[in-house]
Amino acid sequence: MLLTRGLEERLEILLKQGHLVGSIYRSLGQEATAVGSAFALGAGDWLAPSIRDMGALLVRGLDVRDVLRQYTARGTSLCAGKDNTNHFTVPELGLLGPISPLGTQLCVLNGVALAFQQRRQSCVCMTYQGEGASRTSASHEGFALAAALGLPIVVWLEHNRWAFGTPSSRESAVGDWLDAAAMYGVPAQSVDGNDVVAVYAAARTAVDRARTGGGMTILVAETYRMLGHAQHDAQKYVLEAELEQWRARDPIDRCVAVLSHMGASGAELDGIRRTVAAELDQAVDEVLAEPPPLADDARTRVYASANLDAAVPWTRGPVPGYGGIAPHVRLRT
Amino acid sequence: MSELRETTYLEAIRDAMAEEMRRDDRVFILGEDIGVYGGAFKITEGFLQEFGADRVIDTPISEAAIVGAAIGAAHMGLRPIAEMQFIDFIAPAFDMIVNFAAKSRYRTGIGAGLVIRGPCGGGSRSGPFHSQNVESYFVNVAGLKMVAPATARDAKGLLTAAIRDPDPVLYFEHKYLYRRVKEMLPIEEEIVVPLGVARTHRAGSDLTIVTYGGMLYKTAEAAELIAGEDGAEVEVIDLRSLRPLDTDAIVASVRKTGRLLIVHEASEFGGFAGEITAQVSEHAFEWLDAPIRRVAALNTPVPYAAALEDYYLPQVDDIAAAARWLLAY
Repeated sequence: MLLTRGLEERLEILLKQGHLVGSIYRSLGQEATAVGSAFALGAGDWLAPSIRDMGALLVRGLDVRDVLRQYTARGTSLCAGKDNTNHFTVPELGLLGPISPLGTQLCVLNGVALAFQQRRQSCVCMTYQGEGASRTSASHEGFALAAALGLPIVVWLEHNRWAFGTPSSRESAVGDWLDAAAMYGVPAQSVDGNDVVAVYAAARTAVDRARTGGGMTILVAETYRMLGHAQHDAQKYVLEAELEQWRARDPIDRCVAVLSHMGASGAELDGIRRTVAAELDQAVDEVLAEPPPLADDARTRVYASANLDAAVPWTRGPVPGYGGIAPHVRLRT
Repeated sequence: MSELRETTYLEAIRDAMAEEMRRDDRVFILGEDIGVYGGAFKITEGFLQEFGADRVIDTPISEAAIVGAAIGAAHMGLRPIAEMQFIDFIAPAFDMIVNFAAKSRYRTGIGAGLVIRGPCGGGSRSGPFHSQNVESYFVNVAGLKMVAPATARDAKGLLTAAIRDPDPVLYFEHKYLYRRVKEMLPIEEEIVVPLGVARTHRAGSDLTIVTYGGMLYKTAEAAELIAGEDGAEVEVIDLRSLRPLDTDAIVASVRKTGRLLIVHEASEFGGFAGEITAQVSEHAFEWLDAPIRRVAALNTPVPYAAALEDYYLPQVDDIAAAARWLLAY
């Protein structure tokens, strides 16, 4: 969680310094849901994050440099500079990248789960969506198919109260989002999304169920998006009192309290903070030294065969003149 | 020489899928009513019995989920065939096709080798939602491949190639041809028609007509009519693939004949003929002796009543009239 928060804070600094292409979608306040849940997965399992699940990627073994490369659009990035944020797919780590139209990654992750099912592999898939994304037709279709086929999948419905600038009360008439989950006929449970231990426990139960043929589980994480949708959003539509209330439930503070209660010393915790900072310092330095992609790479990797790379626009080469290119119809007679 | 059997266009599609499923256990099919019922047109009849419920998957009515699952399975190395019960119903899967499948390799380096197939086309009095030709909705999207077979051999050969292809392929099968088109095809001998290669259906020197899918037969009929009545020889090019497009074959024919007519069953405005026109303008303008013309469907939805649909669709007389206009130019 410290690495997640630290990395996102670095990204904000890099943005202000002009190193970033695009924006940042912070997961401040939601780190426990991403981190605790991903710890319940094992080798060979797959995970498809939403934009606010940075922590899950790091738990699954993603190098912080790969995150920095994405946001700074390096040629060395997992998307080779062709897409941003967490939109990468890394089969070796079992990571399926989302796309910007929401709800869709559930449909695609179903296919991964289907492959596990067909091959009789006891692997599990996990994915996340905000309550806003859960209103899309793709999301509904994804839930319906996964439930009907009994796919081994755990879906987190992250009720973080805001979908961009729209409150969750405007996304659905349900008061309790567990009611929205219940309609698919699979086990569903609400969890305190800011309690990393509770998240892990619920995820573990759901993962075990999926792994042993029990099919899909939907987990509703009750949490709060503590910042605006992205850097351009000053979150003026949120009441300060509400933020204050949730600030008191900060997932890192709560985790530190638990660890202290269990006997962790202040020196140990500071040591962890220093290690995280040093790792991030080094990663930022390394990545900023890496080159951007070559412009001509924009044409490549559209299809498997390089023969089908996009043509160089004819205006980018010597423009042909009209003298003597093609003799007229006499040639044909 | 292997034994020949009369094979309909529909049977060719069925055979291609069954043979690939027997050859490669990574191939599977998912869609609506394809298993227990055997498919709305009975294309997958007997598949459930032969291949089992793991590889012949009945799904809810959810085209986005069908295509989405196919993409995920393709990422895992499987070879999914996603059936759209009618190609008109591809609309709910548009996002999955255009934003997920098509862009996956470009964005992430991980391809989505899958086939999305379904019955297209009119002439069967099926109205606005069971008759469309949807190629122009997709042809602008980089990352997709698109085929539209007209013959039984191509139906089989293109589907086999599409299933083996590492990229997402939209396979438009014309439902009017399902049981009307038949051909002697070898049994137990695989047919593979490479994607992106056109076929000269009829050789000629006076006019080139480029067409594909269901319009091949009306075009060929018009060509014969003109040969008989006018003594002019029309070259008919059957594109077979729309993307990649065999521009070389079109340009070579136009450079020979100097005249080009494009015929397709989809509506004219923004239709695929526009792209072919641009390609020929760029690569063979100096060889043209006449304007490029097109014959396509009305710029309306596909109507239901016979009189309306017949007027909507390009007919042999329309093609012959346009051909004669060009020959006389």
